[in-house]
Amino acid sequence: MTDIPNAKPDLGEVVLAARNVAKSYGQIHALKGVNFDIHRGQVTTLFGENGAGKSTLMKILSGVIQPTAGQIILDGAAVAFDNSTDARNRGISIIHQELSLAPNLSVRDNIFMGREIMGPGGVDFAEEERQTRKLMEGLEEDIDPLTPVEELRLGQQQIVEIARALSVDSRILIMDEPTSALSATEVEVLFKVIRDLKSKGVSIVYISHHLEEALQITDHAVVLRDGTMTAYAPRAEIDLEWFVRNMVGENYDLGSPPGGYGFGNVALSLRDVTVPDPKGADFNVVDRFSLDVRAGEVVCIYGLMGAGRTELLETVAGRLRASTGEVVLEGLEISHLTIAERIARGLALVPEDRQRDGLVQTMTVGQNLSLASIAAFTKGLFTQKKAEQALIEDSIRKVTVKTSGGGAAIGSLSGGNQQKVVIGKMLATNPRVIMLDEPSRGIDIGAKAEVFKLLAERAKQGLAVIYSTSEVGECLSIAHRIIVMHKGRISAEFDSTVSKEKIMAASGESVAA
Amino acid sequence: MSDTTISRAATPKASFSLGRLLLEGRAFFALIAIIAVFSFLSPNYLTVGNFLIMASHVAIYGILAIGMLLVILNGGIDLSVGSILALSGVMAGAMMQGIELQALGIILYPPVWAVVVLTCVLGALVGAVNGVLIAWFKVPAFVATLGVMYVARGVALLLTNGLTYNNLSGSADLGNTGFDWLGFNRLGGVPISVLVLAGIAVLAGLMLSRSAFGRWLYASGGNERAADLSGVPVRRVKITVYTLSGMLSAVAGLVLSSQLTSAGPTAGTTYELTAIAAVVIGGAALTGGRGTVRGTMLGAFVIGFLSDGLVIIGVSSYWQTVFTGAVIVLAVLMNSIQYGSRARKG
Repeated sequence: MTDIPNAKPDLGEVVLAARNVAKSYGQIHALKGVNFDIHRGQVTTLFGENGAGKSTLMKILSGVIQPTAGQIILDGAAVAFDNSTDARNRGISIIHQELSLAPNLSVRDNIFMGREIMGPGGVDFAEEERQTRKLMEGLEEDIDPLTPVEELRLGQQQIVEIARALSVDSRILIMDEPTSALSATEVEVLFKVIRDLKSKGVSIVYISHHLEEALQITDHAVVLRDGTMTAYAPRAEIDLEWFVRNMVGENYDLGSPPGGYGFGNVALSLRDVTVPDPKGADFNVVDRFSLDVRAGEVVCIYGLMGAGRTELLETVAGRLRASTGEVVLEGLEISHLTIAERIARGLALVPEDRQRDGLVQTMTVGQNLSLASIAAFTKGLFTQKKAEQALIEDSIRKVTVKTSGGGAAIGSLSGGNQQKVVIGKMLATNPRVIMLDEPSRGIDIGAKAEVFKLLAERAKQGLAVIYSTSEVGECLSIAHRIIVMHKGRISAEFDSTVSKEKIMAASGESVAA
Repeated sequence: MSDTTISRAATPKASFSLGRLLLEGRAFFALIAIIAVFSFLSPNYLTVGNFLIMASHVAIYGILAIGMLLVILNGGIDLSVGSILALSGVMAGAMMQGIELQALGIILYPPVWAVVVLTCVLGALVGAVNGVLIAWFKVPAFVATLGVMYVARGVALLLTNGLTYNNLSGSADLGNTGFDWLGFNRLGGVPISVLVLAGIAVLAGLMLSRSAFGRWLYASGGNERAADLSGVPVRRVKITVYTLSGMLSAVAGLVLSSQLTSAGPTAGTTYELTAIAAVVIGGAALTGGRGTVRGTMLGAFVIGFLSDGLVIIGVSSYWQTVFTGAVIVLAVLMNSIQYGSRARKG
């Protein structure tokens, strides 16, 4: 609040600017008159909580949606983009937060989708393939151009998305949380690419939730809050205190693991769990994995993308089948049980991809929240409206979902609130053990702090928590015990006093690179 | 952040506009418009007698459409309902004519209630075959039900050698009279077939809106993976909806052959398309997860009242086909406007 956006120093030529841009969806004002400048050859980072309007502003600047009021100024002249193709032709491209790839098509076809290179005999696939290979080399990623995108892991899909934006030779490149699915090594490569682009005069807008990450590359930063710009600062003035003050308005600490109580009995015990590759490849994604988690204990499973964390958790939840090994929940072997039976016995999974695995888009917020506990409000043949309503309101309150009520469409919520709905849905089943797979993906620091607080409270009441993440910082502020997973196996185990470097080294990530 | 819970309550609902009202209640307004136009064009249209006759025509499509709605809510499609209808009718006809057990040298004449029950079981079994193919063997619904459509029709033709069972009234000596009760009798002036439709609609409506199964169905149609991970038995739901659809087809087959007092192997050809049309006109999304029994009933009545109205005012039956097609395209157009606007808000 103290920094007035208009009082900024002159920092080179402004190539693209938003002037008093506003966007409303019916009664909801996503943006309320924002001024935003993009400077030639510089990186501008945009911070803000979920629902602050970051993505909306970027969609307006890249022509995906049109503002309800205000002007877009490109090279000093007011412009109106008809659509994203129009904006792309003028040199502006965007990497979306939610992946926008066709999973059935190959990497090559995705990269050139909509602007295929035409030769005399139709599409020049050879040339497309050559260019794709070059892009992948630039990103130091070993992905074959002919691999279907659905066979890539999430992080690699993100790389393809980035490569697609790079392939257009844009002057202005907008990246909406490009690193949310990337490993530390991949992030390093991306930053190298960004610095390279900068030196070629490309302007970059970088949306992020990670202060440390953004500080490595940014030239200046802007904070959005509730649809207005609340702060602006050049790199030199940005520090954690500035960030936190402007982001959340109060001092936030992700804190340290909950303490002051003892753990109970072993709640979940995994014995030599081995899971073959679900796609039929000839290796095990989880390899003789053993773990005991006690009631009240928070165990973090740290690992890179593709380390087998998701497959492990999905096997424990009952979606995938283990080839060997035992899963014992409170003394009972549950390997043969269905997902529903496991939930009923107190085992809940918050899946990694909330759009694909977590939410039913055609249902309301309330129906999503109550989906996993329908039996709790069903008497005889029929569901009980009152009991369901009570459960929904209770969940909305407990996980602090920002919504107009249980009847709201799930799509009207911001990413962080959608994530809270998925967590709330599983907590409503009164689990004894909850597993969360990368729950902080694409949610802001405020929402993350709330999720941590919630988990800490429930852990104190005896809930066993398994938290899977690729962010070391998260492990240290929530976990009593940190398990590092690498290629389907436990490569190290630490208590909460360990250093970040040690964890990362054990994950097979080379910190120096 | 925590103080923001349940703020801005009910704001989306407060913004009522005429356009939105017309869009959401389109099937209802279309029905009103059809009734108004035909009442104006023909004095015979707006009479209780005519309405009951039209309603009994709608009953066949309506019963099929409810089964189809369940399948479409699940994100599937059932092309076999017309053929199951014919097969069920033929089986019922065969049972009414007597089943000859050559080994024992006797002919069995099952009573009408047994015929009805056995026919429904048969329809359910054929539906269950659809369900198992789709849920367990991962055959796409379109292909699985297309195959069963041919097989069921073929079996019906084989059973009858292509002929039609004509006399289904049974005889008092054999104790199997009463088959025409479904198609001809009335209770309090209302045809039995309409009462059957109403009963099925009420049960289906309750199931969808109030039972756990209904919630499972909407969830697995909206996002099967998310439903699965939330503990919804998605395979069981899938098999159940196809089984119910098959069973309802059998009921429709019984009603039809009772109305006609004959059962032919070519009955119900293309009825599956009419049923799909009724569901779509009623506002359901073919992608699954959206749709109601009320909408589907309105859709069935729109189609039925429109085609009967055209007959009454003497329009060529070729034009009826054109009109029905136009109504379907218009309905789908409206659906995409409605769901498209919702999706964009997200």
